[in-house]
Amino acid sequence: MKNANPLWKFFCSVKLTIVLLLSLALTSIIGTVIPQNQSPDSYLHAFGAFRYQFLSVLGIMDMYHSWWFQGLLLLLTLNIVVCSIDRLSSSWKLIFTRNPKVRPERYSKRSDARTFTDKRRVEELVSAYEPLLARRYGYCKVTRSDDVSVIYGEKGRLSRLGVYIVHLSVVLLLIGGLAGSFFGFEGFVNIAEGEAVDTIRIRNTGQIHRLDFQIRCDDFNLSFYDTGAPKEYRSALSIIDGGKTVKQKDIIVNDPLRYRGINIFQSSYGKLPPEKMSRQDMPMIGPAEEYTLKFTSTSSGMGYTITAKVGVPVDIPEGLGTFAVMAHEADAKFRGMDVGAALKGILTPVEGEPVEILLPLKFANFDKMRGGNVMIAVADQPREGFSFRQTAEERYYTGLQVTNDPGVWLVYTGFVLMITGCFVTFYLSHRQVCIVIEQLRKNSRVTVAGIADRNKLAMKNITEKLFTVMTDS
Amino acid sequence: MPMSSSQLLSISTFVFALAAFFYMAALIFKKPQLTLPARWIVAAAVVVTTAGLLLRWVESYQMGIGHAPLSNLYESLVFFAWTAGVLYLFVEFKYKKPLIGAFVTPIAFLAMAYASLSPNISDRIQPLVPALKSNWLIAHVATCFFGYAAFAIAFGMSSMYLIKARNPEKSDGIMGHIPKLDVLDELTHQMVLFGFLFLTAGIITGAVWANSAWGSYWSWDPKETWSLITWFVYAAMLHARLMRGWQGKQVAYLSVLGFAAVIFTYFGVNLLPGLHSYGKV
Repeated sequence: MKNANPLWKFFCSVKLTIVLLLSLALTSIIGTVIPQNQSPDSYLHAFGAFRYQFLSVLGIMDMYHSWWFQGLLLLLTLNIVVCSIDRLSSSWKLIFTRNPKVRPERYSKRSDARTFTDKRRVEELVSAYEPLLARRYGYCKVTRSDDVSVIYGEKGRLSRLGVYIVHLSVVLLLIGGLAGSFFGFEGFVNIAEGEAVDTIRIRNTGQIHRLDFQIRCDDFNLSFYDTGAPKEYRSALSIIDGGKTVKQKDIIVNDPLRYRGINIFQSSYGKLPPEKMSRQDMPMIGPAEEYTLKFTSTSSGMGYTITAKVGVPVDIPEGLGTFAVMAHEADAKFRGMDVGAALKGILTPVEGEPVEILLPLKFANFDKMRGGNVMIAVADQPREGFSFRQTAEERYYTGLQVTNDPGVWLVYTGFVLMITGCFVTFYLSHRQVCIVIEQLRKNSRVTVAGIADRNKLAMKNITEKLFTVMTDS
Repeated sequence: MPMSSSQLLSISTFVFALAAFFYMAALIFKKPQLTLPARWIVAAAVVVTTAGLLLRWVESYQMGIGHAPLSNLYESLVFFAWTAGVLYLFVEFKYKKPLIGAFVTPIAFLAMAYASLSPNISDRIQPLVPALKSNWLIAHVATCFFGYAAFAIAFGMSSMYLIKARNPEKSDGIMGHIPKLDVLDELTHQMVLFGFLFLTAGIITGAVWANSAWGSYWSWDPKETWSLITWFVYAAMLHARLMRGWQGKQVAYLSVLGFAAVIFTYFGVNLLPGLHSYGKV
């Protein structure tokens, strides 16, 4: 600590680091207990006017962006930067020197130094032991003087940089995060099937943001597992830029569309309210006395179109049993999931129990996932010449998350550096070994010792092994 | 009739119980020689759990909803017991301090027992919801759980440390077989280093995944926040030990605190609202 400036000293302290890390840990808990970014009404309701005032002064409703939490992060950043500069400046020479200085007494006086005597002369011993170190250590040097020779080896000097890599990565993460929140945006938009938009709404603030291209939702589909759990949400999107369709892609969760730095993610979906649907282009299958059904046999792949009166069972070809339409439901639910209008029917196989079957009008292949011998779908009504898709009663909208984050590459660089730095710091160390050989009257005395900046236990074992190899030969 | 993965995993619960029993018996009845069979029982438990997990993976493909067995609370608990077992065997064969098992195998057993016996946890193989359909699933869950397992073992060692530290000089009976305080301290440190590296990797893989699924690498969801809290605690511990020379009891207490944060990240967060709801019971 060359600089005596008290402010520098304050930020140089590891005690401060520990206090800051534990304060961040402790205060972060608050935001996991009190839901963040809810509407003021719900806070007022939950806490009452007085406590609400108090909490909003402290920014608890958005605490991770509050002045004091950001202040703690800023202090931590300053702490990391000052500590790193201070320590790196003092160890810079040690790390980047071409000819490390060797002080043999630093090794031979260690309590864990091992000593033995050998009848051979110093020069003979040097030539015997030098290859041992040269093989194991990247840097190896022999210093000879009148009656003492020193073989010095070291490796992993650069691993001393590991900790600075970790610290740099933390700073990059914070800068990347700041860049994202200042220059990026996170918004959402709902687009009805067949429509295009060029404005989105920013999350949390609710502001309108205009994109310089249009997003069109060509189609939205959802599918379910047999269990009723959602399987896939899929939106067919087109990007329209300058009046031309420049990109088309089906997006699903985990597979977004990226265009000109803007990412479009599948986020939610919903049904359009009925007034949004015009009757002309959306003819509906409403409650009727009879419906046209299409039966597809799983084994033969043949499809049969049959008109069935409500309540009257019809025979399914290929001896697959009978089916009866029971009712039309305007708002059917399939295991808790809203599927819109649907027909309810009962399938009675030739053998086995009758099963109740739901046929949502929106999803032509809905019954396929039941995995039965026959797949049943609702065809269009007899008098109207529309294909099934057009006769769907419901129109859906897709909910998209639209984001732009110019800081993300900084953050990802930070991620790579952090993993690398942690690995280097935890599992590599700067290892130095020194063999001191002194000429005595009749024989030579050999002292071997090693030091490491980290993982000293492992270094001790390495020195012991070296000692064994040397005394065996 | 071929065995199902659920049956195999029930068996492994009992094998873990047996291992825990042997280690506890060694400790309580002062018979350190019991730890010799115990380590092989742990190895057997790990083998059976491995088979169970692999079979479950195969079964999910046979059901047509193939995915790695890492998708719900049941599977994650089994995987946690597996990682704890594997990591413990590594420590045991490397450092040869068998009594540590008395503080680790009960944790693995409790995880298995909770998964198998709790009426709230379904052991059915369920299909993946859209959010989980990603190649990041395995990387994220595996790194997180190796981290958790390392912290669990560090916690076991720290508990041992705190017990031994009450009477460090006592060398007769079983106390003499508990590793020396400085050895425990060093082993705890090694485990925390390993755990910290994997927790870091787990948080990072999670962030990258979130960015590819939702378009935001960090959204302060409770699980994310709690994993960061855990990270802060262990980061403080490493700095205290490396830079301020804290050793022994202080570090052991921090290790216990860190593991409490791990437990809350794993279970407690399910009580709070958030994105990681598929981990719920």
